[in-house]
Amino acid sequence: MEIVTSEFFQRALIGGLLIGVTAPLMGIFLVLRRLSMIGDTLSHVSIAGVALGFLIGVYPIAVGLVFAIAASFGIEKLRKAYKTYAELSLAIMMSGGVALASLLFTLGKGFNMNVNSYLFGSIYTLSSGDLYLIGAVTLVVLIAIRSQVKELFLITFDEDAAAVSGLPVRFYNVMISVLTALVISVSIKIVGALLVSALLTIPAACSLIIARSFKQSVISVVIIGEIAVVAGLLVAGVWNLAPGGTIVLLLIVILLLLLVFKRGMKMGS
Amino acid sequence: MLQSKTITSETPNCHQEVISLDGVSFSYQQQPVITNVSFGVKERDFIGLIGTNGAGKTTLLRMIVGLLRPTQGQIRLFGEPVEKFKHWERIGYVPQKNSLNPLFPAVVREVVLSGLYGRNKLFKKVTKEDHQKCDDALHAMGIEDLSEKRIGLLSGGQQQRVFLARALINNPSLLILDEPTVGIDTETQESFFHMIKHMHQHHSMTFLMVSHDMDMIRSYLGQQPASESGKLKFYIRHSHETQDCVENNLAHSLKGLREQLESGKEVVRIGDRN
Repeated sequence: MEIVTSEFFQRALIGGLLIGVTAPLMGIFLVLRRLSMIGDTLSHVSIAGVALGFLIGVYPIAVGLVFAIAASFGIEKLRKAYKTYAELSLAIMMSGGVALASLLFTLGKGFNMNVNSYLFGSIYTLSSGDLYLIGAVTLVVLIAIRSQVKELFLITFDEDAAAVSGLPVRFYNVMISVLTALVISVSIKIVGALLVSALLTIPAACSLIIARSFKQSVISVVIIGEIAVVAGLLVAGVWNLAPGGTIVLLLIVILLLLLVFKRGMKMGS
Repeated sequence: MLQSKTITSETPNCHQEVISLDGVSFSYQQQPVITNVSFGVKERDFIGLIGTNGAGKTTLLRMIVGLLRPTQGQIRLFGEPVEKFKHWERIGYVPQKNSLNPLFPAVVREVVLSGLYGRNKLFKKVTKEDHQKCDDALHAMGIEDLSEKRIGLLSGGQQQRVFLARALINNPSLLILDEPTVGIDTETQESFFHMIKHMHQHHSMTFLMVSHDMDMIRSYLGQQPASESGKLKFYIRHSHETQDCVENNLAHSLKGLREQLESGKEVVRIGDRN
């Protein structure tokens, strides 16, 4: 149990708590706009950035961030080219990102690059610098959502009506993508690039089961995200399991419980 | 002098061009979809736009609300070119409802309030006044008891009333309806159309409705189209055919609208059957 009081664990907990708010929040907008896969895409592209960061000796998360943002613009462009097949742009970007990452990883074989820590997360190695970056991203995301939640709701609910009421829809689309890119690139060290998208989408999936209103859905994703992160870190710390994987499996357990519970309610009534 | 003054202060309201299209064409990948359409809609007119699938109804509508740019010609809204038009709160828009995802987590109140979130309201918080407007819009549509219900759980007719309430919350001067009755059973369609007609007769609003339903449009707007362009047909009922342009006969607010609807004893509760 002494792990819980250790400094690296507490840093992990703070980082996890912050990501547990921002990732599920961005996730709602993505899931409701049928862009669930954008998380996977951006995280795979940002691995390529991380790899490049190692190669050229620049802070890997920062390079990953630049890659993710560039990819989010690229997705918007491709989305226009394949209007009705938006998910195609995600598939193209995702495979492109993985291809580039694998190339860079082979180039960097001599550089003692720890691939695993970025693929599956290494929350215990969070530095204070990492925490500051996560804190800054959290602040940006919270301010953006807090001030624009009405507009984001309208665009998510009915993009045409949003455009007719004069909202700059493209601006908001880019804003959602860029915020998502920010969240993903700082989450990679916590849950790993392969698992980031779970933190975005599973809380939103849970909220679709229980929330009646949009407000409830916003509140419930944050609660579910936090429960999974805190409980996941504790369980992983005590039994010495992989933290990222534990958090994600816990999220899936919550989702299953909610589904069963809902079923029971329906049968009961 | 005095006389001309009274005329200018009263009549322009009746004759202002709300929508005007001048030689509008649109092509998609070199294929002409709409060729050289011109028409004008004056204040309080009711215009019905009818055409078969692929006739370009939706394209035309999307151009009018600025979602698409015409390849040629000019569109004006309230006298201003559509690309420069800023007063979107003057336009209420009821989209085709078939795009609604039944799982979407949003209650009726949230949807109706979202009608207020235009460009002009950026960064503004939802005020008490906004909630009052929402209540009025819900009341006008007779759905105040649904305000905390999840939108996806309502019947098609009820959802359509929600979207109408959202379009009306800004008390718009122009109401645009894109195939509002698609996917709704015939009976509900009829009562919905009845309500729209009644609103037209008693409210100072201009209507543009796209529909594939010839019978309903014809019964109200006349048997002969006012103009035709390719496969598109335009039916118009001018304001002077419904009532004189006497302002005090008309409801100007949502509260007034409900009163008018009630006094006409024609409030049909759509979708109450399920």
